[in-house]
Amino acid sequence: MLNILAQPPTDAIPTPDVAWSGLMPLLILSGGAVLLLTIVSLAKDFIPRWFTPIYTVLIGIATGVAAIPLWLRVTDTPSAADPNNGPFATLDSSFGVDGFSVFFTMLFAAVVVLVALLANDYLRREDIDGPEFYVLMMLSASGGIVMASANDLIVMFLGLEILSIAVYVMAAMHSRRIESQEAGMKYFVLGALSSAVFLYGIALTYGATGSTNLVEIREFLSNVILLNDALLLAGFALLLVGFGFKVAAVPFHSWTPDVYQGAPTPVVGFMASAVKAAAFAGMLRVFWLTFGSYRTDWQPVIYGLAIATLLVGSFVAIVQTDVKRMLAYSSISHAGYLLVGVQAATNEGTATVLFYLAAYAFMVIGSFTVITLATGPGDAKTSLTDIAGLARTRPVLGIALTVFLLGQAGVPFTSGFFAKFYVISAAADANSYGLAIVAMLAAVVAAFLYLRIMMAIWLDGDEVADPTELAAAKAGIPVPWGAAVVLVVTVGFTLVFGLWPEPMIEMARDAVPALAIG
Amino acid sequence: MPAIFSLDPLFLGDAGNLEILAIVLAKVVIAFAGLMVSVMLMVWWERKFISDLQNRIGPNRAGPFGILQTLADGIKLFFKEDLIPDQSDRFVFKLAPYLSLVPAFLVFAVVPIGGDFSNGGDGLISVFGNDTYVQLADPHIGILFVLAMSSIAVYGIMLAGWSSGSKYPLLGSVRASAQMVSYEAALGLALVAVLLKTGSLSTTTIVREQAGEGPEFLGLFPMPDWNVIVLGVVPFIIFFIATTAELNRPPFDLVEAEQEIVGGFHTEYSSIRFALFFLAEFMNVVTMSAVMVTLFFGGPAGPDLGVLPAALWGFVWFFAKLFVFLCLFIGLRGTLPRLRYDQLMDLGWKLLIPLALGWVLFLATLDVFSDRGWTSGGERLVVTGVFLAAMLVFAGLLMVAISNGKKARERDGEEVFG
Amino acid sequence: MEAIVFFVSAAIILAGGLGVIVLRNPVHAALSLVATLFGVAVLFIDMEAYFLAAVQVIVYAGAIVVLFLFVIMLVGVDKAEDIYAEPIIKQRQFAALAAAGMLILVALVGVAFAGDVTGQPSNEDMTISRAIENPDGTTTPAETSNINQLAEALFTDYVFAFEITALLLTIAVVGAVVLARRPKGDLQPLPDVEPSWALRKPRAVTPTEATDPSAGDDADQDPDETTVDQAATDGAETDEAKA
Repeated sequence: MLNILAQPPTDAIPTPDVAWSGLMPLLILSGGAVLLLTIVSLAKDFIPRWFTPIYTVLIGIATGVAAIPLWLRVTDTPSAADPNNGPFATLDSSFGVDGFSVFFTMLFAAVVVLVALLANDYLRREDIDGPEFYVLMMLSASGGIVMASANDLIVMFLGLEILSIAVYVMAAMHSRRIESQEAGMKYFVLGALSSAVFLYGIALTYGATGSTNLVEIREFLSNVILLNDALLLAGFALLLVGFGFKVAAVPFHSWTPDVYQGAPTPVVGFMASAVKAAAFAGMLRVFWLTFGSYRTDWQPVIYGLAIATLLVGSFVAIVQTDVKRMLAYSSISHAGYLLVGVQAATNEGTATVLFYLAAYAFMVIGSFTVITLATGPGDAKTSLTDIAGLARTRPVLGIALTVFLLGQAGVPFTSGFFAKFYVISAAADANSYGLAIVAMLAAVVAAFLYLRIMMAIWLDGDEVADPTELAAAKAGIPVPWGAAVVLVVTVGFTLVFGLWPEPMIEMARDAVPALAIG
Repeated sequence: MPAIFSLDPLFLGDAGNLEILAIVLAKVVIAFAGLMVSVMLMVWWERKFISDLQNRIGPNRAGPFGILQTLADGIKLFFKEDLIPDQSDRFVFKLAPYLSLVPAFLVFAVVPIGGDFSNGGDGLISVFGNDTYVQLADPHIGILFVLAMSSIAVYGIMLAGWSSGSKYPLLGSVRASAQMVSYEAALGLALVAVLLKTGSLSTTTIVREQAGEGPEFLGLFPMPDWNVIVLGVVPFIIFFIATTAELNRPPFDLVEAEQEIVGGFHTEYSSIRFALFFLAEFMNVVTMSAVMVTLFFGGPAGPDLGVLPAALWGFVWFFAKLFVFLCLFIGLRGTLPRLRYDQLMDLGWKLLIPLALGWVLFLATLDVFSDRGWTSGGERLVVTGVFLAAMLVFAGLLMVAISNGKKARERDGEEVFG
Repeated sequence: MEAIVFFVSAAIILAGGLGVIVLRNPVHAALSLVATLFGVAVLFIDMEAYFLAAVQVIVYAGAIVVLFLFVIMLVGVDKAEDIYAEPIIKQRQFAALAAAGMLILVALVGVAFAGDVTGQPSNEDMTISRAIENPDGTTTPAETSNINQLAEALFTDYVFAFEITALLLTIAVVGAVVLARRPKGDLQPLPDVEPSWALRKPRAVTPTEATDPSAGDDADQDPDETTVDQAATDGAETDEAKA
């Protein structure tokens, strides 16, 4: 019986070495998500409801902590004592660990922590509580880590899908709001289309270079002079469309306003911070790092995209009346600034993009935290009139939102100022003066948008002048502890790095991407 | 020469010559005719045998023992009026019977129906000096072709029901497609066990691996080296049940449950189109039995008992085994009551698929440990024990999780099934 | 031989692809999709990727499109008029324009690029699955080398991609459960919802409006708006089914 053993042992396939230490943050985050699913399904009745968010926060912190030794290792130069220092890759060069990817890992860990804290109260308020949100968020963030570390186009694609599919579901999660369903559906259909385009780009690039591995593609492109690079350029174009969709660059931005408006607000915070960061990470890895030798071919395209994105994001935002929609256009215009940094195609440009992404992630999560609190149960009252007078009824929330809006506008003494300043100076260093000027003009136009929101929360809403009514309105918005922590952290981040940006920009400069073989 | 057929040595040499073309044509004709005749006999035998089980006589008018009854029915159907319902989607309505029939026939192409596998023979026979296998084709994908064709067969039934433009056929076809897609998973997983052992998709290789003597029965006499024994009986049982469901045979014939949905997907069909469905159904029974014989019972492999030339014994063994399977199917029809739909789905998803998956894991575990030298009986017992314990723990956790989910849903006032 | 097979199956693929978007009846469109998938399977065989061809038929034609059909039949959108509503005015014209532009672009690339594939086939150094005739007359069929190649690729170069697919599947399962689950209790209107953008708000046609000729425009608009609503809910359902 069961004489399968009579078979001679087959030739073993030489499996690649695995550097587990490099994978640790990813394993903690994704394993943590799967473990949470298991725990909750087994012990549903014994788990207090604070467990899930706290668990998620702890997993997020653990991910960040696990990234620290990696950071120290990859940003160091190899020495006699530690010959292993410096960027490395594992799993047959398909997963790269360098300063760049570890920087993004830490950013995603921070986003997971903040959004988990924010979502805790929100989910309870909207009666859609459960572990699924946290699981999907953690898995989505691990997709982001995969994207930021991918050394292979296939891995990049899978990271993109892990990141996106979870977010599609999260966007449609508020099952009693038709707008949420609509947002999920729109995001899904357009996102699936862009994924298909991206995949086609991978296929064409593979056809032109004979490999999907970024290291090998770069080798190929720097060693071989293509007589005819039409196929490669078509591949570039399609890949750029795929990334452009995820970062909400014009003309691939049309999903953004509807999805931002319809999706649950904490999810929007996650989208604006993590999804955008991951997409830019992928874009930098593929275009700047891998296709660097062809930069004269793709730089003009990104130049054009950046100008379109800046202008559309800034100008269309002005006519909006819904706060979430306004912030959606604001996120489009921020994508424009980030593209300015990408377009520079220098190490400094990359560092400024990283700084910008970190600064923006904290500001945008902070903004959406205030909006989550201010719009109240139902998550539907997000028009400008709905939050009118917020600063007078709840000065703390009003001040916090003001800080975030000033930061996004790029006012000095906020991290947003340095973010904008650095990308524009990087563009100027790369001799893209036209783009730098457009970016500055767009900043002026965009400032109007943020001023409108500030006017609404500080000056409007006169009808609540009655003190008793004011007190009642004050009591109407409780600030739960989770959201309070998020606000403190995000305001602190925005102001501290607005006054003292050196540590952050130094870190971003250390986080140079590298394509290692391993 | 396209490499599609290259596993058959027939195509190795000078492939373009007429002789080879003639052999291939002859094979096609023989396979087709043989299949048709066996289907004809199968229908007759089913009616006879089931009559016997039910204590009645059955067909006894056309030919000796009524053996030509099927032919008579076929001729009758052929000359009946061909009706196409008004509400039907005419093109799809006409297309559907062929989508049902063609895959049923094609599956037979990869089944080795003869050849000399005794005494280490490789199943080749020599025709006018050309070595060839006794099967229409031996493609690289081999047994996967069977799965591919059975997944195409779903379309025939599905589209037939939909295109009729009537309620009962639609219900029947929805039932059919859900059932067939569900059981295909179990079918595939049971197949994996065979592939794990053989290491090849080629049907000839699968048969060759089963030729010869296998393990001893209680140390008394050697059993055949059939997969059904070698792999433990479980994969075969799963495969058999899943096949029965794929074929929509009783007790899984909810697709045509007369008491509920008239004739199911072919309610609106008449005349020759109905005959095609009828033919496809029985042809499927024959071909899937042949596939099971190939996968688990050594196909045409068997001892050469003399009297006949060695090459003919392959045919004899193959058709003998096939006949047993056909009787088994008829016996099931005669004895078992029809399942309810939820029972059908529960059996497929909650029992067969996990069991098949677990068994594949088990075989793979044994294989991995035997690669590491754990081959003695005691060591294998240890592996088995540890494996079973682990599986039981996981199954227990799964049960806890499922019951938790049910409880939670009940608390929320949702409808809970199963 | 290979060229003939290629052109025939390419024609089938293109015709099927066109059928998917042109045919009015969803079931016919799904059948065209099957034709396309079959054509791709044939192309795979033409390129000696037998295993991929089999998987293409088993997975795509055998499971995925069957599920499409299943949903089409059960949801009952299998009538031509259901999909004939045009939610966005002139979108067909724009789509045609965009398609034409894309076609020109592709043609340009094709012309610019004729016959210049620079990449090497990745399995150049691997054995092609052909049987080998030994000197003593027996044959060593190099069968399943397709599968061996795939296995080797999956467990070496692409092992990471292979493993993280597990995350994708987990997300798919969790997402399907989340989206398919009915919300607790009834679908109540949320407290105090005032949709701030007009599209969401289906305007009820009062009898006076309906009879009033000046309200004709509004009445015409209505079907479109409800269609969008419908599309959103339907969409959510399809989303669930797909997940």
